[in-house]
Amino acid sequence: MQKALLIDPEKCTSCLQCELACSFEQEGVFNPAKSRIKVFEFEHGLKAIPYTCTQCSEAWCLHACPVEAITINEATGAKEVNPNTCVGCKVCTIACPFGTINYNADSGKVIKCDLCSGDPACAKACPTDAITYVDANWTGYDRMQEMALVGHGRPAKGAAQ
Amino acid sequence: MSGGNVKGANAKAQKGMGWQGTVLRVDLTRGEVHKDPLNMEWANDYLGERGLATKYLYEMMDPKADAMSPENVLIFATGPLSGTMSSTSGRYAVVTKGPLTDAIACSNSGGKFGAFLKFAGYDMLIVEGRSEKPVYLNIADDTVEILSADDLWGKTVWETEEWIKTTHQNPQMKVASIGVAGETGNRYACVVNDLHRAAGRSGVGAVMGSKNLKAVAAWGTKGVAVDDPVTFMKAVSETHTALHESSGRKGLTKYGTHAMLDAMQKFGGLPTRNFEDVQFEGAKKIGSRAVREPNENGHVNLLTNKACFGCTIACGRIAHIDEKHFSIVNRPKYRHASGGLEYETAYAFGPLCGVDDVDALTFAGYMTNEHGYDPISFGGTLAAAMELYEMGVLTKEHTDGIELKFGSAEALVVMSEKTGKGEGFGKELALGSKRLCEKYGHPEVAMVVKGQEFAGYDSRALQGMGLGYATSNRGACHLKHDVFEPDMEDQTGKGKAEPCKTSQDQIAMIDSTGLCLFTAGDFGTEGYRKQVDAACPGDWSTERMLEIGERVWNLERMFNLEAGLTKADDTLPKRLLEIPAPSGTAKGKVAELDIMLPEYYELRGWGDDGVPTKDTLDRLGLAAR
Repeated sequence: MQKALLIDPEKCTSCLQCELACSFEQEGVFNPAKSRIKVFEFEHGLKAIPYTCTQCSEAWCLHACPVEAITINEATGAKEVNPNTCVGCKVCTIACPFGTINYNADSGKVIKCDLCSGDPACAKACPTDAITYVDANWTGYDRMQEMALVGHGRPAKGAAQ
Repeated sequence: MSGGNVKGANAKAQKGMGWQGTVLRVDLTRGEVHKDPLNMEWANDYLGERGLATKYLYEMMDPKADAMSPENVLIFATGPLSGTMSSTSGRYAVVTKGPLTDAIACSNSGGKFGAFLKFAGYDMLIVEGRSEKPVYLNIADDTVEILSADDLWGKTVWETEEWIKTTHQNPQMKVASIGVAGETGNRYACVVNDLHRAAGRSGVGAVMGSKNLKAVAAWGTKGVAVDDPVTFMKAVSETHTALHESSGRKGLTKYGTHAMLDAMQKFGGLPTRNFEDVQFEGAKKIGSRAVREPNENGHVNLLTNKACFGCTIACGRIAHIDEKHFSIVNRPKYRHASGGLEYETAYAFGPLCGVDDVDALTFAGYMTNEHGYDPISFGGTLAAAMELYEMGVLTKEHTDGIELKFGSAEALVVMSEKTGKGEGFGKELALGSKRLCEKYGHPEVAMVVKGQEFAGYDSRALQGMGLGYATSNRGACHLKHDVFEPDMEDQTGKGKAEPCKTSQDQIAMIDSTGLCLFTAGDFGTEGYRKQVDAACPGDWSTERMLEIGERVWNLERMFNLEAGLTKADDTLPKRLLEIPAPSGTAKGKVAELDIMLPEYYELRGWGDDGVPTKDTLDRLGLAAR
């Protein structure tokens, strides 16, 4: 079964444990500036939204790469950057419509989420389940279930009581 | 649910030492920036944050210096666990001499600023001297610039953050700044970071203002590495799990600290109308449930909870004010969400001033964040002013025509804004209770210890809390000791000195790690010990950790004694010592400080004069100078 990261901003408290976990897993130090997942705050701290690569099937970054440094991990579906091949041209960062592949000036290569080879550190560290790692075919399952109830007369989450 | 079961260390994990090993020293008089190696001998004896900053402060300044003079030193300090995956790793402390108390000030804040100061590569920022003109510091890794704040002076905290992020084109940078309160010497001005987190007490923001330092912006891309990553991640996983499963933690996540208002009302420890009573008839209207229920317009005050950096508790409140409420009905500018009520703000604006209007309280909270001043001291000062008004000492002529009566939501709303902006009677309120009441000839009305106003716990109902207030090195404060359980079980002064002393030492240790006090119940000393032991080189035993706490406490005491404080300052106002609690579970009781204080001095190894004995100093590796 292929899995995907499911992000529910409603649950995010903006603690940045995901950024700490990601940077520790990928870089070996606690360093949010080098995290592949970022939490963005809006509206005076009211909203916090974690955002990272969604692993497009037809990935713009992969197709744009002139040296084929980005390949698909068949087990996880992740688009992974091979740092030995990457020349740091940044064409992928232009091609990606979501901004989730970025240049790392320290290494001269690009970095992006690789799903930690199927055990994403961010999801594990998230204390509120705002980030979970679920069946890729059913990332909408919870919302679908909730809306099914609405269709049968229950008020939706967040609606006026 | 992940339950805090974080991943362990991996092959990439780098070895470090918790600390970054560099102290950033900025001399504003000379306009110089120095990067000094961290004094590792001191780090090993004082750990970090509160403790280590106290050591630097003690060595760098004369405690007798005027708090508002260039001779005062202002330190922003992180700890060895700051910026790591330890839960609540976002704390930092501002340590300096406080202009409210003329004693050592140690104000702790959360948010994200502290962690990013550390990510820039510095354990501490030490600010000396005074700039001729307003400046701010831009810290971005190795780049440290003292820049003109001509365009920032006079701006609010919120405007300042936005201006700096826009000017430097870096929305990710974290900002700690002062508002007009700090610029104009409000004695209880805060340093506010990340919009609504504050190093709130004792006037540390006024010190920043006295140095003409408007703001510090920090952004860092250097990671924090620990000594033994494998053991560290195991300790992190265990402590995350302990917090995750804790019922106390769940209560904090859901209700924040606000639930304490309901508990203190029930117990009869809720200071009301400047300590005239210990229970407030309007408590239900401003309690932790009131903010969750729709008002008559269908408006719900509380929106959500949010966390500080690295925190898996998330006790922070985000609220919004009813658009129809009189405080903002004609002011669309404030129709946005922002920091909501926590216990101390709710208590100080509510019961202490007799006000039972949730949106008025929330508005006053916005003002304290936007303009940068301490809600506890403001509430205490306003309550004292209300008492003076009801006594006839103050009249409408003093108060800009406002009827300053207990219970007036209008007075709270108007005066919170005037105090923030330093306008009209707000300038008088900015003096703090002690100076205000002395000015008007009624020092007995000021409910303070060492010039600082009380938190929301009455010493007549909570005896150990009273001892903690009287002996706290920064004046009345609820965060430097934890005697809650013994206090709830027994309402006499007996047996309170020991838990007070022990918890003071433990908390001084916790405050020196870089973590938040709210983990204390679930981590225990062992929780901190094992994280520090794995993060920092060397062996960190329980004894060593607790001795650090005791050393820090005694060094703070020595700073105060050298500053001119004496045993006479370890006391409570007469109102608590002589006038019995009128209601609640402690009805008829007064604070039994006379029983507790001698026992406390003895346990501390201090003489009858409240001075640490030579044996005590020797045992802790301290020396009188």
